[in-house]
Amino acid sequence: MKLSILVNEGPYTHQASDSAYQFTKAALEKGNEIFRVFFYNDGVNNGTRLTVPPQDDRNIQKNWSELADKYKLDLVVCIAAAQRRGILDEGEAKRHGKGEGAANIAPGFRISGLGQLIEAGIEADRLVVFGD
Amino acid sequence: MSEAKKFLYVNRRAPYGTIYALESLEVVLIGAAFDQAVSLAFIDDGVFQLAKGQDTKGLGVKNFSPTFRALGDYGVTKFYVEKESLAERGLSEDDLMPITYEDENDGFAEKPSLIFVDRAEMARVMRDQDVVLSF
Repeated sequence: MKLSILVNEGPYTHQASDSAYQFTKAALEKGNEIFRVFFYNDGVNNGTRLTVPPQDDRNIQKNWSELADKYKLDLVVCIAAAQRRGILDEGEAKRHGKGEGAANIAPGFRISGLGQLIEAGIEADRLVVFGD
Repeated sequence: MSEAKKFLYVNRRAPYGTIYALESLEVVLIGAAFDQAVSLAFIDDGVFQLAKGQDTKGLGVKNFSPTFRALGDYGVTKFYVEKESLAERGLSEDDLMPITYEDENDGFAEKPSLIFVDRAEMARVMRDQDVVLSF
């Protein structure tokens, strides 16, 4: 089955991003296709490289980045939601004058528009939403 | 691209206090450009999003409720409102903003966008969708 995933909550405060990660991983291991994982609302906070969780805890951002690397996943962070919450790639950091090195988008993630979410709904057999 | 799918946006939360209602509306506006069949559902505290006379001056937050009235121009003409959610909150249909659209298939006659359904009907509306986005 071709699936798209929507993640609407940030890491650690809510279970949603862990559940989304476990679901995505399990779906891939069972041979399903993931068309796209889209991060919206506080879900965009899954995509910052600046989180430093305690060493004896899971690193949610790193989990996503490694999964993306292994399966060539398309992890998309909503640009409008990301700008509100301070998630920037190099282009956005430059465009908004945030200075050298301000980009904090994590490896394997990219920033794009909400149209990518609608397309994910159109192209997949199922869009699975993880939120609160 | 494949043929049009049915998208339902489920609004479950009050308009202010959290950002869910506003960011849901932002998806609806972008999604309207994709020529899909779009409906909105309002359940639980989500019914407050349609309340008349919203005034956010004291909050310092933008009052986005007028945007709902413009959605008809984007082809979003079906707002399913759950009757039980209204009753549980002491609201009646008269407490909501009048929202209408111009029916281009009927000489641009002005028609109501709000469709009041009970919980069982809402379940049927949801079952009938291809994509359900819940905020």
